[in-house]
Amino acid sequence: MSHVAGDPTIFGLLAEFVHPEEVVEAASKAFEAGYRQLDAYSPYPVDGLAEACGFTKNRVAPITLIGGLVGGFGGFFMQWFSAVVHYPINVGGRPLNSWPSFIPITFEMTVLFATLFGVVGMLLLNGLPRLHHPVFHVPRFELASRSRFFLSIQATDPKFELSATREFLQSLNPQGVDVVPW
Amino acid sequence: MDHAAARDHNPNGSGRAYWRSLEELAETDAFQARLAAEFPSQASTWTDPAGRREFLRLMGASLALAGLSGCGVNAPEEIVPYSRAPENVVPGKPRYYATSVLFQGYAHGVIVESHMGRPTKIEGNPDHPASLGAADRFAQASILGLYDPDRSRAILRNGRQSSWSDFLGWMIDRRGRWLARKGEGLHVVTGPTTSPTLAAQLESLGRIMPEMRWYVHDPVGRENLRDGARLAFGRPLETVRDFAKADVVLSLDDDFLSDGPSHIVDARHFAARREPRRPLNRLYVVEPSPTITGAMADHRLPLAAKEIGRLAQALAKSLGVNIPTARHAADASWVARVAADLKSAKGRSIVTVGPGYPPEVHAIVHAINAALGNVGSTVRYIPSAQYTRNARTLVELSNAIDGGRVQTLLLLGVNPAYDAPANLNFAERMVDSVPERVHLGLYADETAGRCHWHVPEAHVLESWGDARAFDGTVSTIQPMIRPLFGGRSALEVLSILLGQPARTARETVTAHWKSQRGGQSFESDWSRWLDRGVIDGTAFEPVKASLKSTEAFVPDSRKARDGFEVLFRPDPNVWDGSLANNGWLQELPRPLTKLTWDNAALVSPKTAGALGVKNQDVVELKFDGRALRLPVWIAPGQAEESVTVHLGFGRTAAGRVGNGVGTSGYALRPSSSPWFGSGLKLAATGATHPLATTQHHQNMQGRDLLKSAAVGDFARNPRFVETPEDARTRGLTLFENPAPQKRRQEGEGNAWGMSINLNTCIGCNACVVACQAENNIPVVGKQQVINGREMHWIRIDRYYEGSAERPETRFQPVPCMHCENAPCELVCPVGATTHSAEGLNEMTYNRCVGTRYCSNNCPYKVRRFNFLEYNGDTSAPIALRHNPDVTVRSRGVMEKCTYCVQRINNARIAAEIEGRPIRDGEVVPACAQTCPTRAIVFGNLNDRSSEIARTKADPRNYALLEELNTRPRTTYLAKLTNPNPALEGA
Amino acid sequence: MTTVNDRPDVLGPGQTYGSITDKISAIVVDQPTRRGWVLGFLVGFSLLNLLMVSVAYLLYRGVGIWGVQIPVAWGWAITNFVWWIGIGHAGTLISAILLLLKQEWRTSINRFAEAMTLFAVACAGIFPLLHLGRPWVFYWLLPYPNTMSLWPQWRSPLVWDVFAVSTYALVSLIFWYIGLVPDLATVRDRARSTPVKVIYGILALGWRGSARHWHRYRTVYLLLAALATPLVVSVHSVVSFDFTVGIVPGWHSTIFPPYFVAGAIYSGFAMVLTLAIPLRAAYGLHAQITQRHLQNMAKVLLATGMLVTYGYVMEAFMAWYSADTYDQFIQLQARPFGPYATTYWALIVCNCGTPQLLWIPWFRRNVYALFVIALLVNLGMWLERFVIVVTSLATDFLPSSWQVYHATFWDWAAFLGSIGLFVSCFFLFIRFLPMISMTEMRELIHETAEHHCAASEEARS
Repeated sequence: MSHVAGDPTIFGLLAEFVHPEEVVEAASKAFEAGYRQLDAYSPYPVDGLAEACGFTKNRVAPITLIGGLVGGFGGFFMQWFSAVVHYPINVGGRPLNSWPSFIPITFEMTVLFATLFGVVGMLLLNGLPRLHHPVFHVPRFELASRSRFFLSIQATDPKFELSATREFLQSLNPQGVDVVPW
Repeated sequence: MDHAAARDHNPNGSGRAYWRSLEELAETDAFQARLAAEFPSQASTWTDPAGRREFLRLMGASLALAGLSGCGVNAPEEIVPYSRAPENVVPGKPRYYATSVLFQGYAHGVIVESHMGRPTKIEGNPDHPASLGAADRFAQASILGLYDPDRSRAILRNGRQSSWSDFLGWMIDRRGRWLARKGEGLHVVTGPTTSPTLAAQLESLGRIMPEMRWYVHDPVGRENLRDGARLAFGRPLETVRDFAKADVVLSLDDDFLSDGPSHIVDARHFAARREPRRPLNRLYVVEPSPTITGAMADHRLPLAAKEIGRLAQALAKSLGVNIPTARHAADASWVARVAADLKSAKGRSIVTVGPGYPPEVHAIVHAINAALGNVGSTVRYIPSAQYTRNARTLVELSNAIDGGRVQTLLLLGVNPAYDAPANLNFAERMVDSVPERVHLGLYADETAGRCHWHVPEAHVLESWGDARAFDGTVSTIQPMIRPLFGGRSALEVLSILLGQPARTARETVTAHWKSQRGGQSFESDWSRWLDRGVIDGTAFEPVKASLKSTEAFVPDSRKARDGFEVLFRPDPNVWDGSLANNGWLQELPRPLTKLTWDNAALVSPKTAGALGVKNQDVVELKFDGRALRLPVWIAPGQAEESVTVHLGFGRTAAGRVGNGVGTSGYALRPSSSPWFGSGLKLAATGATHPLATTQHHQNMQGRDLLKSAAVGDFARNPRFVETPEDARTRGLTLFENPAPQKRRQEGEGNAWGMSINLNTCIGCNACVVACQAENNIPVVGKQQVINGREMHWIRIDRYYEGSAERPETRFQPVPCMHCENAPCELVCPVGATTHSAEGLNEMTYNRCVGTRYCSNNCPYKVRRFNFLEYNGDTSAPIALRHNPDVTVRSRGVMEKCTYCVQRINNARIAAEIEGRPIRDGEVVPACAQTCPTRAIVFGNLNDRSSEIARTKADPRNYALLEELNTRPRTTYLAKLTNPNPALEGA
Repeated sequence: MTTVNDRPDVLGPGQTYGSITDKISAIVVDQPTRRGWVLGFLVGFSLLNLLMVSVAYLLYRGVGIWGVQIPVAWGWAITNFVWWIGIGHAGTLISAILLLLKQEWRTSINRFAEAMTLFAVACAGIFPLLHLGRPWVFYWLLPYPNTMSLWPQWRSPLVWDVFAVSTYALVSLIFWYIGLVPDLATVRDRARSTPVKVIYGILALGWRGSARHWHRYRTVYLLLAALATPLVVSVHSVVSFDFTVGIVPGWHSTIFPPYFVAGAIYSGFAMVLTLAIPLRAAYGLHAQITQRHLQNMAKVLLATGMLVTYGYVMEAFMAWYSADTYDQFIQLQARPFGPYATTYWALIVCNCGTPQLLWIPWFRRNVYALFVIALLVNLGMWLERFVIVVTSLATDFLPSSWQVYHATFWDWAAFLGSIGLFVSCFFLFIRFLPMISMTEMRELIHETAEHHCAASEEARS
């Protein structure tokens, strides 16, 4: 993204909270305050947190659906094509297009492709795997995978201004506020 | 290069590896010890099974090295570059030659299929009177015997390698002395022979050496028949029976469908009279131990052998033969009814008795046939085809030995050290008091091990000769391949005695026939005879036989000793033991017991109950002062007090296959009662011995698998095989079946199908061996059979119905059914078994991954799986036996009956070359071709005029397990029985 | 707060985000390897080596080293395959179906239940391969481009098997791994040494618990659960098709798919109990795996046990009702009174008899009793598969081909060896991966906390 405002050496600010309710509230306040480059971190999925950060569209489900359709139709086509068109053989006097026998594999292929599409889609949309990220610079951030909740405002936010934003965050009475260096 | 020569003359020459290994072997202490032990003193070391087996194993292993390059090539000039191709040999195209194989000395005409000079398959010779185009299990298996790697490969002198020239020198030297003493001290033993040439040689030998003695030794010979005829007619006549003319047949323990020089012809004619086209014949069988003939009987009476003489006597009496009344004869009412039935068929009946009964009984039977007016119509008498003039017996020989009159013993193709009666102690007797012992034999067997000289004998397929068929027809014997191991024939050995050491068997035979049938056209005649396999006009004319006074025909009616009765019978497959090293025959299930790789004491269910023994329990048999331990096998239909012991097992020097298989019945068999005797004591030992059977369940569980009906019911309801249910549901299907059924309905192309006639199938097993030979089916051995892994593509199911004491026995051959809706194909994950346009259920070995799902889903369980590498042994000469037209399957793939697809394809190629459709009868699977009774019919169902189409139109035609809607292409003709209303329930 | 005795809580008292995280992650990062663990692993590993030896010999000699024969061409290999696959099912059921049913008590057991699934499927997978006559060409069952343009034969249930089982294995693996990612991140952040940090860091894919990530993560996790549920049902149905599609009496039956699935869940839960009870004791996880869990599983065991029993009864009834000679013989004679009668009755006792004790609360609460019953069910289910596979083949249509099947040493070696494989994998798992989902435990604490607040407020007003 374009680096319109703020200090290029700073990723943003990180505020730490003890309770999930607090971080949700903080996130929504920040959003109201006009911050858009928000993100929150929690040791487990907290209801409404993403929405509070202004996250709206989640495309995982449609991707999974597409995967399922590809797998299903592809699976049946493979069987029909090979048994009827490409290499027809007389097996036990059964019809070449023994469609009832093709259903189990069609189903399995549906599930398999839906799964692959869904999971791969989720990872790509999340930009994972990404082994390093600036927030890891903050020592206390390791608690994000244990017991604490964090709210970050990126320096790339047009409204971001280091001292003002820090004060704003302080006003949400967190455990503490840290600068996240690039 | 020339191995035979190397073997004979040049120890350090070409066959080096082979010689080295043998010399190394010779260095081993065990072997040295054996040699050091002077035969007479420590003969026992030779018979020690373990030691002997080990020795033969090593021997076989080391000699096998020499085998491959050496086989078939005997003289250097035989090696020719293929640039000069042999005349009219097309590579890949088999050629067929007529020759004969011998059984008990009688000729059996065969056609041998030969690939590039390599005989691979034997079929019957249609021009031969004893074959009519069929071949029995023995003939079929003889091809394996030819390539047996355990066959003797070298001339031995005192167990050491020697040479033909040395042997020749020794013989010529001895011949001088014998001539001087008019042959005194020279004693020759041969098997039974019908060869006119050999007979002529013996005659002329008798002229120059009148003191020479000749003995015929056959442990299960047919002398009772000849002696019976001598008693009845004063001449050793043979009986020729025409079962085609017989409406009523009574067999007194004569297994005429299975054994005897004419059994194929008899079976063919008998079967012809089981078909409803003509009034069915009726067969009565009285026998102590179940046989396939008994299984075919409309009424079978289990009766101890010792009673049968009296039964014959009683029967004769009731038929008006002038003969003393039999005391306490058994089953009088049964006999009376049978007699009545026989009377009603005067001139159209046959009474016959087995070779195991004393001459008196045979004489009585001759009298009965005379009384029934059968002589001249169904029964004819001809001179004995077997040459017997001045023939002496083994008993006389052992007396001669005791008398110290035997200087030299010449044993030609016999093995008395193994199969002589126990009381003669022949092996010891011979070793102790015969100074010079010479043996000619196919194997370095028990006798060879006790002889100073052993000469490898040429296999019948390797040699020149001639022999007579049962009716006297002279059949030619020509070699299909040069002796693989440099064997010699009896003719050649006798030629030495006759002072013609250089003379080949071929010269001897041709010379003989030139002298008999000489003339301008001899050369052309001779080649025509060789071509057809028989010499024209040599069949015997029936002779007028006048019955002597029947008063004398009184069977031994002394009160039998109490206790059980022991029966000595040749094994149905390995016979007297001479075939013990033939894996096909060892693994071929015995027709009734379905046992393989073993012999057992057959006892009746009652006896087993009384003794408290079950199958595989070892019992001790005590008879005539000797004892023998055998596992028990319960035989339904066995006469209550009779115990059958099959001979031919317990070989110690048969070869790697036959050694130590089963227990030798000869050890219990006295010369006084060679066939049966009473006074047998039985005792359970508590030990058990595993027996390998291929059928574990004996009855049909009330399932209508093997359909049969009495002729009366058949007449009332010809379509008795079909239930209304079948009729209603037949052909119902959810979806239309594409090819091939459609093609078939539309009658286009070929639709192969098979029909098996349960009415004429006698369960003789010939088809099983034929299939094994044609399709390269491996032998898996006893343990694998116990594990349920036998490989036969066609099996013969044997079911019992009714009581265990007097069951009805039924045979049902089961090959692949080639179902149109094949369950096996549906479940194969890789499409390794699919359906051909012509309706064949095809196996693609290369595609098979071995899930075995197809076998699970086959309701007929006809599929066979290579659980292990069963075809691993590719060493010569075993590999040479394989049929090049059939894939040799390796480990991990499924296989099964293909309807002999290779034969179908050969026929198709021929037909396409000539631009015509395949003719009916042009494709004949191996099983159908060899079937003595023509019970198996194969052909194109689309050809409405074909025999198969006609057969399938028969109302008795039914499909096995039809309710499964597999639509088998192989169907059955239901069995018909012709019970005597007067004996219903008997 | 008080817990009623017969319905104890799914969570021990006084658990916080921190405490639960430390407790579970400590097993991986802090605690030294215990002697008990080493011992258990060695037992499993030696059995695993037995498997290796038997496989080597199998490839050398051929499948004939087993007792298989004609007519019984499938023996222990297929029995083991069906048994292991069945065991696998409980894992998916717990993690997927119970998730959809919002059964909070699943959280503490789903992780190792899923691991169990994976390892069970791995054990199952080896048998269809090894039982082939020519295992080295197993890939001919897969559709792949080849010079002869040959395809698998789609009508064969074995091909369905290949697709079903491999899909199942893959989906279970993904489901399990996706569930692990946040916990791997936790371990990464708890880890002391850098190499450990790096390894778990890579495995965690750089997970940082971003709200957006959580949002998508949750969606896909639910979707996977929704996909895995029909999948798990389909897999054992397909496995049962191996038999029902065949015409063999005792196989050819429409009741198989549901009754196989029930049997699968049955054996699976038995296996979960067999694993959970000692695990709980060894690592003092009484707070995480509570009486409640054990009792619920005991109830599931009882329920599925009844379903399976119903299956047996129906099999016999349908055989009698169908008036089909062959089916009647198998169901009403061969199995109960034939050569395999002992096996048959043993399975009836293990599967239908002993589980009835679970009607009595004491047996549900007593871990020892529960453990023994679970073990018996495992045994019973193996016997059931054996009876289905073997007896039907041993006595099918033509009495002439009937034959009894005998297992060989190598059958035993392969079976015990597969158990070795399972045990080895499982011990490695509990040592190196968090055996309970910390993320979901935190959620659980969150939810229960809310309940309690609400409860206390009501009390105040």
